Amino acid sequence: MATAEVTHDSHDDHGHHEDEGFIKKYLWSTDHKMIAMQYLVTGIAMAIIGGFFAYVFRMQLAFPGVEVPLFGIVSPAQYNSLVTNHGTIMIFWVAMPVLIAAFGNFLIPLMIGCDDMVFPKINRLSYQIFLLSAIVLVGSFFVEGGGFGGAWTAYPPLSAVSEYNLTPMGATLWVVAVALEFIAFLLGGINFITTAMNSRAPGMRLYDIPMTVWMIVVASILFMASVGPLIAGAIMLIFDQTLNTGFFDPNKGGDPVLWQHLFWFFGHPEVYVVLLPALGFTADIITTFSRKPLFAYRTVLYTVFGTGILSFTVWAHHQFISGIDPRMAHIFTITTLLISVPIAEMMFVYIATLYKGSITLTTPMLWGLAFIGEFLIGGVTGIFLGASGPDIFFHDTYFVLAHFHYTFFPIAIIGSFAGLTYWWPKMTGKMMNETLGKIHFWGTIISFNVIFLPLFVLGQLGQHRRIYSYEGFGELMREDVLLGMGMQDLRVLATVALLIMIGFQVVFFLNVFLTLRKKAYDAGPNPYNANTLEWLAPSPPGHGNFAELPTVYRGAYEFSHPDRELDYWPQWEKD
Amino acid sequence: MRPVATTRSASGMTTGRLAVWWVIVSEIVIFGGVLGSYIMHRLANEGWANVGFAGSTNAWIGLTNTFVLLTSSLFAVLAHYAAEHEQDGKKAANYLYLTFGGGATFLCIKAFEWTTEINHGLTITANNFWSFYYVAAGIHASHVIAGMIIMLFVAHTAKQGKELHRVELIGVYWHFVDLVWIFLFPLLYIAK
Repeated sequence: MATAEVTHDSHDDHGHHEDEGFIKKYLWSTDHKMIAMQYLVTGIAMAIIGGFFAYVFRMQLAFPGVEVPLFGIVSPAQYNSLVTNHGTIMIFWVAMPVLIAAFGNFLIPLMIGCDDMVFPKINRLSYQIFLLSAIVLVGSFFVEGGGFGGAWTAYPPLSAVSEYNLTPMGATLWVVAVALEFIAFLLGGINFITTAMNSRAPGMRLYDIPMTVWMIVVASILFMASVGPLIAGAIMLIFDQTLNTGFFDPNKGGDPVLWQHLFWFFGHPEVYVVLLPALGFTADIITTFSRKPLFAYRTVLYTVFGTGILSFTVWAHHQFISGIDPRMAHIFTITTLLISVPIAEMMFVYIATLYKGSITLTTPMLWGLAFIGEFLIGGVTGIFLGASGPDIFFHDTYFVLAHFHYTFFPIAIIGSFAGLTYWWPKMTGKMMNETLGKIHFWGTIISFNVIFLPLFVLGQLGQHRRIYSYEGFGELMREDVLLGMGMQDLRVLATVALLIMIGFQVVFFLNVFLTLRKKAYDAGPNPYNANTLEWLAPSPPGHGNFAELPTVYRGAYEFSHPDRELDYWPQWEKD
Repeated sequence: MRPVATTRSASGMTTGRLAVWWVIVSEIVIFGGVLGSYIMHRLANEGWANVGFAGSTNAWIGLTNTFVLLTSSLFAVLAHYAAEHEQDGKKAANYLYLTFGGGATFLCIKAFEWTTEINHGLTITANNFWSFYYVAAGIHASHVIAGMIIMLFVAHTAKQGKELHRVELIGVYWHFVDLVWIFLFPLLYIAK
């Protein structure tokens, strides 16, 4: 490894000398904070692409056949490709890199009080493989036939046979990109787990670890334990596509349902992989802004372990109409309904944490509270889908779509903004403007609900997913279904709300640009009077993070301690 | 320069050893996925035991390869012993080269075996048994190759008496690769 670096440096000597510093600092860095920024920036760039796709297909749904500004006429094949890659990007290239990789990289070493990840070079390699996977995916939109359009779940035979999906290259590149992304996160995950297990500051016991770190570590373990079969499945799918093997082809003795098992064995724990970091951020945010210790820290922790284990037993609830044995469907119904118990418990624990606290409604706190409230809607609607009876009716309707957007949007967008606004002073050294932050918050939250609440109604009326245009389906164009609006009116409403939501994101970037260089917005090391170790380091932390590596004397949530005048008691203060 | 983080061991286990075990956990799940899928298909298709399917695999070649891999694992153990108890980097490196040789022999035999089979029309598309056969053994062989490459790096530093703890780590990985073969051998060659 050392020799590789030397050759790299000497190679740059031929070029510009300023560039050498730039490359070393921004592109070839092994510093966990810089790698976090790389993941964050890549994740935001991919979110813009995924958001643009959503804009294009929502426009097509609201105004079928009309030329979409910045895109043009949407063909049915393009529509399929857009919805497929919207889902793929938002989960694998936005939620994963931002929630796990960016925040995990930035926060784990800071929160446990050490100077870097245990394997900085593997960390760098992990990002580079991730970047490569993103390039392969984006590249797949431009090959002959266009990007893969067989849905983000890639069920064979549609995904395996090019005569069906008509994207021989796009489909294979899609699988390759996903497989590369998994390898990147396996490397990153090993780093996270090992760092948190081994490199904690002296004095930091297991129960002193901040919830965010615990959650990211458990998420990494879940990812590691669930993704393997899908990596194997991806190899099998690539061979089905390119070598004409028949792993998933019934004509050749294969079984298409095998892919569904391999996919969802990973796919369902994956929900918890991205959920847990967002729950962790929320725990840290609501304790800080209600000045109360986390209610039942250990119970939360055991609940998380329980949820993680249970999450491996629910996957076939995605397959109730795939011809699985009804007796098996009953078992998966029971396990799926069981898993709502620990999640509901966490919700109550968070509410108990807020109870009688001195709450300040700062922007990060609003995002944290919104996460709890909005995710609850996603959780409750999930109960309809987890029960095999109603799911037979709801399967593949917009009810499902609205349900999982009520889980993934709170996780990936609300959770990310909660983390981003909360740790922004630490990342950049600057506070953000509260007024702009709140405008952005309310604009995003209200328009989000206006997008997806109508979709529940459309789903109950039988509107199927993944349809290019509903104009040919008379029963899906009914008038006066909700408050005098017809079904097409509801589609237009959702699209308009999406446009408004996209518009409000400008406020966030405006906020960044207006505050980033202003002296008045300077944040000290600990602007919120919080307890965890990252608030000891300067904002932004320099190389090595801490002037002197800290020692830990207490738990992470010692707010409003009766023996103390100050309402917080940092982990690093002896007494 | 190593960060302080790498040198800490709050869990009581060295960082490298901890990480290798986590690598192995992730690998177990990958191979678990392949082998689980294979076993389910195998149970559903009794015909896979016949000639043209598993009946056409050569158990003697499989047995030879099992012997070769187990022997190479023995060298990995001797390398670890030399590195840890005798602090003899040079000796450890030599044993690692022998382990490497075992891996190379394994791959040569595999290449001969696959060539013969492909020449007899038993290609990856012959039927689903052979698809699983090539995919499972192929993923395993790619792990053998990866292990051999890393082994050369470890042997190179060990020869200079540096980073001797890595000898143990590559040994743990090599044993794992070996263990996967111990599962593959009966599943692909013996069960007829």
